[in-house]
Amino acid sequence: MIATSRNTSFLSTGLRRVLGSRVVAAMTTPHGVDRYLELFDPTWSVNEVRAEVTAVRHPTADSVTLSLRPNGNWQGFRAGQFVRLTVEIDGVRRTRCYSPANSAHATDGKIELTAKAHANGFVSRFLREQARPGMVVTLSQADGSFALPEQRPERVLLISGGSGITPVMAMLRTLCDEGHAGRITFLHYCNAARDLIYAEELAEIAARYPNVELLRGFAASEQCGELQGLFNREQLAAAVPDYAEASTFLCGPPGMMKAVQQLWAEDGIAERLHLENFTAAPVVVDSTNAEGDVRFARSERLAANNGATLLDQAEAAGLRPEAGCRMGICHTCTCRKLSGRVRDTRTGQLGEEGEEDIQICVSVPVGTVTLDV
Amino acid sequence: MSNFSKLSPKQFAAIGAEFDAIRNRVLADLGERDADYIRTLVKRQRRLEVGGRVMMMIPPTWPLGVAALSVSKILDNMEIGHNVMHGQYDWMGDPTLNSKNFDWDSADTAKNWKQTHNVEHHTYTNVLNRDHDVGYGLLRMSTEQKWEPRFLANVPLTVILHTFFQHFVAVQNLKLEEYLIYKTKTGAQLKEDFKPVWKKMRKQLAKDYLLFPALAGPMAPLVFVGNVAANLARNVWACAVIFNGHFPEDVEQFPESVLENETRGHWYVRQLLGSANFSGGRLMHIMSGNLSFQIEHHLFPDLPAHRYAEIAPEVRAICEKYGLPYNTGTFLQQTLSTWKRIFKLSLPTRGNGRARLQPVTEEAPLRMAA
Repeated sequence: MIATSRNTSFLSTGLRRVLGSRVVAAMTTPHGVDRYLELFDPTWSVNEVRAEVTAVRHPTADSVTLSLRPNGNWQGFRAGQFVRLTVEIDGVRRTRCYSPANSAHATDGKIELTAKAHANGFVSRFLREQARPGMVVTLSQADGSFALPEQRPERVLLISGGSGITPVMAMLRTLCDEGHAGRITFLHYCNAARDLIYAEELAEIAARYPNVELLRGFAASEQCGELQGLFNREQLAAAVPDYAEASTFLCGPPGMMKAVQQLWAEDGIAERLHLENFTAAPVVVDSTNAEGDVRFARSERLAANNGATLLDQAEAAGLRPEAGCRMGICHTCTCRKLSGRVRDTRTGQLGEEGEEDIQICVSVPVGTVTLDV
Repeated sequence: MSNFSKLSPKQFAAIGAEFDAIRNRVLADLGERDADYIRTLVKRQRRLEVGGRVMMMIPPTWPLGVAALSVSKILDNMEIGHNVMHGQYDWMGDPTLNSKNFDWDSADTAKNWKQTHNVEHHTYTNVLNRDHDVGYGLLRMSTEQKWEPRFLANVPLTVILHTFFQHFVAVQNLKLEEYLIYKTKTGAQLKEDFKPVWKKMRKQLAKDYLLFPALAGPMAPLVFVGNVAANLARNVWACAVIFNGHFPEDVEQFPESVLENETRGHWYVRQLLGSANFSGGRLMHIMSGNLSFQIEHHLFPDLPAHRYAEIAPEVRAICEKYGLPYNTGTFLQQTLSTWKRIFKLSLPTRGNGRARLQPVTEEAPLRMAA
């Protein structure tokens, strides 16, 4: 019934036009054509991006790298952007953001995602333990402004820490594929050499491309990389003396990001620094100073404010508001606050009183708050 | 005397706690099993639908096609649509099985259904003047409803209601009787309310009676008749199942005063007394959207319906413990009982006080079940 070329676009343009037509919409009302297509193959869809896992590797003890073959709806990405990946765990859909690490020019049409399984990383742990070839996942189109600019900068400095390596890895691979002429410095921090996710490939790239310099720093290890200790001014000045001239792309854990940002700000070159808040700063639950109640107007529930995020408090109250990344990126959890004030856990800023849309995964109530949930 | 009057406030509170405990236990246990169940059912329904529509275009398989499409429409409306729109699967976070997004193969809009059914009918179950499902503004279903000459047509109107059930349900939220009989609604208001309904109805009618017959070419009349038959089968079955759930003779109805200071325990007991089950095998339960467990459904409208069979013995035990009736019988018994009520109430009878509540004293004697 449907001609597919599984490696590229799964629907030929003509067939896509038919399936997307008003006649087919009228035939499949009210459910829509996708609900029938998926009977034949779980990756078939006219609208959604779905992908089949084709390979699963475990580059380090606590990480997993997935190769995904997306269906024809995938529009590609700019190196550095992220996708929202949705998997189902014990019947419940969970969405998290991951940055593809592959080159934007990869010819096999696949997407490579690497997840590090944190102790409390529910989805990444599931992927680490349960992902198998053949599994079908749902993806969003690529999103985010953290990406290589169309006009490639000449001098590029990529700084990453831990699992924040994935978007800058995509940038490095993309630039190498393009035969980038300018100098590229890849500066990466992690705990130990055995935790470096793309260790072998990075070494290969550095050996093959004379314009690529690889600098590694291992924090908690006797084996030293090219760098000693954590990120600091002296180290940077010694290792990358021309850092101020470079376009710098940064992604890593909050502490490191803060240190880098501060240095760039001090030097007055903040506009040359592009960054991705890959991991949210852990929310400090201030239960002692939490006051008031959280009122969930639509579901008629009331809970005493315990200082956690509104999303956590809603879930603790037995509600299941829609949520995705849980770190303020994807806006899935956005809902209407009817009254009260909230603090943004990312910035610490106190919001406005009164009605507004807020992201409940990064909002902590300050006093009594009423949500339309 | 209403069974309501037999319980003390303490007993109401205890019953509330017992039902809450069942609900919380099932909620905590929801997971892959429930997701697999509903997904498998949706897949089967869609296969039956596609298969049915194709088989209808080929004369030798026409009867099979009609049967398949009838079953598909029944599954779509009952075990899938009705239950998904109750939010029974919202916890899965799947937008295609979410009460906010789901729409069904019926002339009724999802939005209007959720208003008349989830809000009005489930909150105010069997409360006269509040639950529009008590007679749909068309029939006299309670002795407490004042008799009017138009109710002489109770029985033929019930037949018509069964026949065109999806369209009656579609216009239920318009409250036509307020315009036609009681003149409390203006024509302009009615016209405005009808717009979204007509939009949905039009799509459904076009699909079944224009598009698919047209696609069948020379077989168009066959497909047209087949679709009429499938819609009719779904209408009659759905209506019969729903009537059996609330209108067998012993099911209680309540005056509006019951809602004053109603506690969670009172609400549970009202749901219990206002609903009736019917027995059957697994297929019967699936085909009726598990509304064969109407009692369990009214106690826990947002728990996945395939769980009702599992908790039914516990619900029954609680009823026995507090001396409350658990109304059940075979499908035929409940149907006959329902039609008896409809026939009786078409004639002018006065209220027997059944729906009037007696004041409840603290520590009313507990009637133990035999």
